[in-house]
Amino acid sequence: MENKKVVNIDMRQYGMVLALIAVYVIFAILTGGKNLSPANINNLIMQNGYVVILAVGMLLCVLTGNVDLGVGSIVATCGAVIGIGMVDYGWNMWIAIIAALVVGLLCGMFAGFFIAKLGIPPFIVTLATMLMGRGLTYVLLQAQTKGPLPTDFTYIGAGFLPTIKVGPEGAQIDMVCIIVAAVVSVLIVLAELKSIATKKKYGFAGNPVWQLVVKNVVIIGIVWFFFYKLACYSGIPFVLVLMVILVGLYHFITTKTVAGRQIYALGGNAKAAKLSGINTEKVFFWVYTNMGILCAVAGIVLSARNASATPKAGDQFEMDAIASCYIGGAATSGGIGTIIGAVVGAFIMGILNNGMSLYGFSTDMQKIVKGAVLLGAVTIDLVSKRKK
Amino acid sequence: MSEYILEMNHITKEFSGVKALDDVNLKVKKGEIHALCGENGAGKSTLMNVLSGVYPYGTYTGDIVYKGEVMKFHHIKDSEAKGVVIIHQELALSPYMTVAENVFLGNEQCSSKGVIDWTKTQARAKEMLAKVGLEHENVNVPVNTLGVGKQQLIEIAKAMAKNVDLLILDEPTAALNDEESAKLLEIMLDLKKQGVTMIIISHKLNEISYVADSITVIRDGHTIETLTKGVDDFSEDRIIKGMVGREMTNRYPVREGVTIGDTIFEVKDWNVYHPEDPNRQVLQNINIKVRAGEVVGLAGLMGAGRTEFAMSVFGKSYGQKISGTVKMNGKEVDLKDVRTAIDNKLAYVSEDRKGNGLVLIDDIKRNMTMAALRNFFSKNGVVNSNEEIVKAEEYKKLINVKANSIDQAVGSLSGGNQQKVVLAKWMLTQPDVLILDEPTRGIDVGAKYEIYCVINDLAKAGKAVIVISSEMPEIIGTCDRLYIINEGHIAGELSKSEMTQERIMGCIMADNRKGE
Repeated sequence: MENKKVVNIDMRQYGMVLALIAVYVIFAILTGGKNLSPANINNLIMQNGYVVILAVGMLLCVLTGNVDLGVGSIVATCGAVIGIGMVDYGWNMWIAIIAALVVGLLCGMFAGFFIAKLGIPPFIVTLATMLMGRGLTYVLLQAQTKGPLPTDFTYIGAGFLPTIKVGPEGAQIDMVCIIVAAVVSVLIVLAELKSIATKKKYGFAGNPVWQLVVKNVVIIGIVWFFFYKLACYSGIPFVLVLMVILVGLYHFITTKTVAGRQIYALGGNAKAAKLSGINTEKVFFWVYTNMGILCAVAGIVLSARNASATPKAGDQFEMDAIASCYIGGAATSGGIGTIIGAVVGAFIMGILNNGMSLYGFSTDMQKIVKGAVLLGAVTIDLVSKRKK
Repeated sequence: MSEYILEMNHITKEFSGVKALDDVNLKVKKGEIHALCGENGAGKSTLMNVLSGVYPYGTYTGDIVYKGEVMKFHHIKDSEAKGVVIIHQELALSPYMTVAENVFLGNEQCSSKGVIDWTKTQARAKEMLAKVGLEHENVNVPVNTLGVGKQQLIEIAKAMAKNVDLLILDEPTAALNDEESAKLLEIMLDLKKQGVTMIIISHKLNEISYVADSITVIRDGHTIETLTKGVDDFSEDRIIKGMVGREMTNRYPVREGVTIGDTIFEVKDWNVYHPEDPNRQVLQNINIKVRAGEVVGLAGLMGAGRTEFAMSVFGKSYGQKISGTVKMNGKEVDLKDVRTAIDNKLAYVSEDRKGNGLVLIDDIKRNMTMAALRNFFSKNGVVNSNEEIVKAEEYKKLINVKANSIDQAVGSLSGGNQQKVVLAKWMLTQPDVLILDEPTRGIDVGAKYEIYCVINDLAKAGKAVIVISSEMPEIIGTCDRLYIINEGHIAGELSKSEMTQERIMGCIMADNRKGE
């Protein structure tokens, strides 16, 4: 085996993380450290939970070379189902959640059917579901806000895991956060060691040790920073748990499973994928169905956080989700993009929003900046690729 | 004025430190057809891009002297203004525009500024088409309704409309069948009489020896030699020797030690209808048998139905109302989709490696395992990426894919290496029967030889191999037996000893006469 060969770290992926940190630091300076406060870190996670969830699903659509424009509307429709069920019919929380998931699933299958079985362009189909979903939400809610929703349910969007507070009054910190951070750190190190071991077993070249050390120190540093801040506030938000599980699951699916590979192959060259035994119709169908289910999850989280269902809920969420994917390095032509990239993209958008609000920018200004960031990120990405 | 219309002197062109052209000289006489030969990657296209201004003046060193003047082209428009027009391998026609519109694309015939004069456009288009032997063509039909051969001629007409003095043709016959190619070559000789100087790049050496007045051979970015008709030996073997730097007495490696076994692949009474027109029968009652260790050719003209046959068998990827039976290893199987076909150990290597075979933006290893991923590189739907790397490395070595690593994007490889990746992709599915559709199209002599070696190895391993090729010498050189397909049915079957180009063509002609 050629041992000389050194696998270099994919700088593009790290470049995005560095950009994320840079944006965060800039706003820390501009706002005089306001965005570093434990309460704000907590807000950042709670406010961006649903964007991350949607970006994860959207990435799969983007990988096929398409987008789903109906996302925001379906989020609202699922929220409406919960609001009406719990407020008007007094449903049990679990029934409401299942009902929302079923509605999301059906919406996804509806879009998937037209796209996969009938070959209608996704842009058109999801433009239609966007209009239909929004209209349906207004009809269901009769243009009224349904609320308040019970606290059992709002826990999903605004609750925290149990805490063990220690320390003096006023400066208490939550030990659960610290324990989780410690466990995560150990797991990161173990995972790296295991990866080195398998690489040795197969005789592959590995990264130089210093690169691995730097990489892991930075990751562990970020983990500790976040969990320490959360420990100073109210502990681990439930949304964070949900988010981590979903991101982990979809990262696994896209990188390690046959199904994930099939999505990339379809996006890269649909004809070649088809002639390699990949059922492209099925892939399309499940990508859009999956998006529907994730819309329902986001709808549940959003209505829980707001403790109500409103017809305007989720307005333009699709745009945030799409922008997250592209900022995160996904290609508009399909076949290129990662879940981690999309999540980082979502957080860049989130930190921008949050920082600008703290700094006192109006929402109108925020839109201008967000648009410019999207355009800038994709331009830099494409121009740098062209130079190579 | 010198007898040379074009002199390219000491041209050197570097790409990030790598010399693609190193002190190349090319001299083209006025009114001749000058061929440029060399393996893929030798630098032919780079040289032509330097000449036409795709690589602007200043990015290379050396002089271009054209009609006695030193030229400094900064843009392709500059060279076109001087009458140097290049026709690239990929057709640059807009498929839904009419013939007339295409002929004057980018060179519109205007009455006043920016307003197109359609009468003039059509009249002039007719004039231009007459120069390329298409005087009876309707100029108002969309070009995509015409065949590739005619489209190629329209490209030339388009160049003629730009008052061309020096026409560069990059692989003009690559997509054409023998008949269309022959016609194109006649048109070229006719244009020569009209005073147009031409440079032709082609891998089809028989065409070059037929049409060219002189040949410049390029190898690894250097000019090797220039041969002149009537002075030097113009045979194919002589040109190949210059291209590869050694004698290639045997272009087709000998297959030894193969034991031909029982019939393992059999298609009976195969009928297929056109995918868009249920009344149009594309294939009629095709019957073929292939034995283990045997290489069987499907010969025929382009459009005879060979690719359609292969794809319809391979998981019904083409056509509708398909009837007939397929037997693999003596058992009747229903290959209802591609997945079932792969599971039954059938593989089809498409003729269009970029369009149907590869994901160009993805790396070598993922392309190699794309078709075999489900069956051989995963457990419960989870990919074993380590095993994937091991196998990809193994096959990269086995069939000699020239690349820095298996993580390189296949889009950056040469045609020959891309073809090897596609072959590896299908070998990894561990098939018993492989259908190779035009396995050496557009790749150079050296890579072709390596592909033939792979075919031999497959036969040795007891696989049944079906080769579809439009190059008759290739099919004769590689196959043990061949079927001739013409207009959707089998027109004949020839054994090894009966195979000659004359017999194949004769068989097709006789079949055509029968049909009339």
